[in-house]
Amino acid sequence: MPLRAKVATSVSKTAAALSRAAGRGDGSVIGGWIGLKIDPELLSHLATGRAIALVSGTNGKTTTTRLAAAALGVLGPVATNSFGANMPTGHTSALAKAGQTPFAVLEVDEHYLPRVIDETKPRVVALLNLSRDQLDRAKEVAMMAQLWRTALAGHPDVNVVANADDPMVVWAAYGSQKVTWFSAGQRWQDDSWVCPESGDPIERENGDWWCTGCPLRRPIPQWRVEDEGVIDPRGDWHLVKLQLPGTVNLGNAATALAVAAEFGVRPIEALPRLSTVTSIAGRYAQVDRDGRNIRLLLAKNPASWLEAFDMAEQAPTLLSINARDPDGFDTSWLYDVDFAPLYGRPVLITGERAYDLAVRLEVNGIPFQHVRTFEEALATVPPGRLEVIANYTAFQDIRAELDRVN
Amino acid sequence: MSTEALRIVWIYPDLLSTYGDRGNLLILARRAALRGIPVETYSVRSDQPMPASADIYLIGGGEDGPQALAAQRLINDGGVHRAVNQGAAVLAICAGYQLFGHSFFAKGAKCPGLGLLDLHSDRGETRAVGELRGDVDPRLGLPPLSGFENHGGRTHLGPNAFPLARVTAGIGNDGQTEGAWAGKILGTYSHGPALARNPAIADLLLRWATGADSLAPVDDTWAERLRAERLAAAGA
Ligand SMILES: [Zn+2]
Repeated sequence: MPLRAKVATSVSKTAAALSRAAGRGDGSVIGGWIGLKIDPELLSHLATGRAIALVSGTNGKTTTTRLAAAALGVLGPVATNSFGANMPTGHTSALAKAGQTPFAVLEVDEHYLPRVIDETKPRVVALLNLSRDQLDRAKEVAMMAQLWRTALAGHPDVNVVANADDPMVVWAAYGSQKVTWFSAGQRWQDDSWVCPESGDPIERENGDWWCTGCPLRRPIPQWRVEDEGVIDPRGDWHLVKLQLPGTVNLGNAATALAVAAEFGVRPIEALPRLSTVTSIAGRYAQVDRDGRNIRLLLAKNPASWLEAFDMAEQAPTLLSINARDPDGFDTSWLYDVDFAPLYGRPVLITGERAYDLAVRLEVNGIPFQHVRTFEEALATVPPGRLEVIANYTAFQDIRAELDRVN
Repeated sequence: MSTEALRIVWIYPDLLSTYGDRGNLLILARRAALRGIPVETYSVRSDQPMPASADIYLIGGGEDGPQALAAQRLINDGGVHRAVNQGAAVLAICAGYQLFGHSFFAKGAKCPGLGLLDLHSDRGETRAVGELRGDVDPRLGLPPLSGFENHGGRTHLGPNAFPLARVTAGIGNDGQTEGAWAGKILGTYSHGPALARNPAIADLLLRWATGADSLAPVDDTWAERLRAERLAAAGA
């Protein structure tokens, strides 16, 4: 490593420690920011000599990154950005903090994937899904797919692991010649009814999909979910025992196994490690308080709301939404989500934009009760499970009430 | 289509449905049902013929490409023109509002609109993003407009279209006026599920469509709380 990079790494570690000591965040971004100011190529230097997997997509990337890092742990120490700091500053911090590790698994914000591929020269890139997310800022879904496709075409040596169920992802992955397909399902389909190749309608039937005007169609996946397990490319079925809820996380596990296999890790070696993952930065965390077992589910866009409904049990459910900067100021996405799966569950609502939610639920015909605080919600429900589904800053608010549970 | 039910058409949800536009269809259908008015709703895709015989037409927002494509197909189809000539009511939102005028700009080019509202749209120097609030044309007898806008267009009204509202916060058409109405056509930059915050506009469309002078009141406790919160948040 050049001297400049060494100095930058050292400063980067110190800044991160200072940031933590000052109680300002977890230090996962500020250190990388200072390091990159001193050496703009620091990320490239830190990546050199490591076998790296990048994980990107609109949803599930934090969880899949954590699972893939656990799986690669079979081979040795793995650097990872486990706080979800998924831009180059976060990657720089994560690699600097980890020291010399032979492996790294990095979660990457969709917009930054081309740049991070350029700078880290990964062995594997995993593409999960693409759907609408904070539309008042983000690029159109089709533009994002184009961005990915172009980036992959420029790196023919990268092994791509991609979701066969998402037409936008499949089209993006075809920028590469080296693709392993997995099937992780596509709960949200409203951003992929039009073929990104030809502009023709896409038809769907029984999990299959195809373009009505060109050859683009669902590739046959080598990895797929079946019952409570995953089928590998040889056709062997493996029982997957996770502490994370929902079939969505089975799909994330299948993805993690496919990524690990690119490094030579067999499912039978990886599976025990996947089952040790309990929660990720508070997501899926369970907290017992006042006889209530509270489980936290993060839902930050329409697709992930549908996934959260799938994960939540038939139990009292607290919904909380805010509309601060990280959430997007616009709440119109509420009408992209069908709340019907909540019908029959006792529903409580709270958060800074609870009234938006109230009007939405009324239109959906879902009875609800408004509570002003999390404490009030706890007092309102009987002992037992309370599912909490919240968008980004509302989730952080509730996590703070629960002593920043991880 | 039966003849008794109120028929509501959602125009081209495959092209123009970027910001929860479905909400307007759901809200209209619900408010009609609460008054005992039977409703049939139709989502008409851009590859399907546009029926001319419905009572209310909804059109939503979208990106430049789909907006230009939607305008072209609606001009070629002619169904919406026939419906309007037969007295149908229309709620047009954002990109859908622009394409009801004579012309609009998409991807740097001037595109012909349906010409059903006397207005044309061009590009503003800045994007208008944020809370929108305005005092509605008194002839419509509605409370203040509340909305969220997110558009790069500026809209200029001709003599045969009236401003829907005078802007008190946000940009709307040009910083002075917001939206437009003429006959039974109503357009606004208040995007996405505009009727969630403006149930009185939903009821106006239902009155236009049914010919009723008034509708039975419904419990709007939550909508009123939402309105009060958002109008206050927009400032004055
Ligand atoms: Zn095609």
